[in-house]
Amino acid sequence: MNPLWALFQVLVFPGFGFTFAFAMVFAWIDRKVTARVQWRVGPPFLQPLYDFIKLLGKEVIVPAGGARFLFLLAPLFGLAAVTLASALVWQANIWPTSGFVGDLIVVIYLLTIPSLSVILGGFASNNRVASLGASREMKMILSYELPLILALIVPIINAGGSIRLGEMLQGQSAVSHVSGILAFIVAIICMQAKLGLVPFDAAEAETEVMSGPFVEYSGAPLAVLKLMRSMMLFVMPVFLVTVFWGGITAGEGILGVILGCLKIVLLLVIVIVMRNTNPRVRIDQAVGFFWGPWVTGVAALAVALALLRNVIWV
Amino acid sequence: MGLKLKALCKSPWLFHINTGACNNCDIELVDALTPRFDVERLGVLLVGTIRHADALVVTGGVTQQAAPRLRRLYEQTPKPRLVIACGSCACTKGIFHDGYHMVGPVDEIVPVDIYIPGCPPKPEAIIDALAKLLKKVAKIHHEG
Repeated sequence: MNPLWALFQVLVFPGFGFTFAFAMVFAWIDRKVTARVQWRVGPPFLQPLYDFIKLLGKEVIVPAGGARFLFLLAPLFGLAAVTLASALVWQANIWPTSGFVGDLIVVIYLLTIPSLSVILGGFASNNRVASLGASREMKMILSYELPLILALIVPIINAGGSIRLGEMLQGQSAVSHVSGILAFIVAIICMQAKLGLVPFDAAEAETEVMSGPFVEYSGAPLAVLKLMRSMMLFVMPVFLVTVFWGGITAGEGILGVILGCLKIVLLLVIVIVMRNTNPRVRIDQAVGFFWGPWVTGVAALAVALALLRNVIWV
Repeated sequence: MGLKLKALCKSPWLFHINTGACNNCDIELVDALTPRFDVERLGVLLVGTIRHADALVVTGGVTQQAAPRLRRLYEQTPKPRLVIACGSCACTKGIFHDGYHMVGPVDEIVPVDIYIPGCPPKPEAIIDALAKLLKKVAKIHHEG
């Protein structure tokens, strides 16, 4: 591949520029729908952009005794990872024959890095509340990664053992089978936890630990962290649609694209409705929920069903 | 600098400090942030930590206990920052004027950008003051 073309893909389309624009739109949809649920008008369309520019212009304070280098670098790690994940997922959707064997696994790893960067930043800020939030975030990762990986195994089995996103898109029928549907539901619940939204936002609970790992962040690093979170809100639904639901361009021509966009918006609305209709669970309740029969159990059942269908019957 | 101030006017995040108020102004401030008034239309959010804040809303005349803490909170706020003195006590010490434990109104401890009189001020008055303050900042931005 031409290196300039690869650079363009990472920086402009479908990488940083594209993801940035849609992250702002998705953050606005999130706030606007939340406002409508609470029976109010809500912020203007450009509000997330105003917040971002304002935070870029604010003073950056590094807390005394904090690990300065790590504190400032952690948000950038997360942002780079989520940008790259977005580029890979969209590349698989637009040019299904490009990509490499195992890019699904790379994307899974890349989507874990934002949470890790939040943990690193929290611990680097030398603040008790931030450390508490970071340790909660760590427990959150331990709890949701197991069912998420189990759920992601199901479409791999249904696609005939392929771990290339492009091949999974072409040869899969994940939600056409009961195992795929079960795995998809589990993955949606895990997505909620991965995005750090209510009911699984114990790590940054505003009323308990004052935004947790973000408590010492100000100015540009905070802007990057907020942008990273908004980008995750955009990338996670796209990733799930790609893996479980036939991707963006599954249909033919323009109709397929519209259908794909509707799928993503549907997932976003599910996330927002879940966030607005649930109370926050404690961290021990969250771990118990994810490791219990209703999430990990269902995911294991989905894996068993997929194996039955694809390996034993054939 | 211009874009920075413009964006600040579009999304002022508030941090609420009680420096010895009787809790009445606090209730009215929280009332102003409810869905009925919906200040998120102006981009206003209430934040939980001083590092995210743009505007400090100070309620209450400042007591001896609160004065050094108010000073420290002000210094911890990232620049550019605004201070709003909310209520009669914050503006003038109010009915606690001759109290033995009062250090002074807020503007003797930290510079204040706008005063909201009233005991307590109505939510409408708080939102009006906020809008006026943002207009003032925008005017500074126009004059350079």
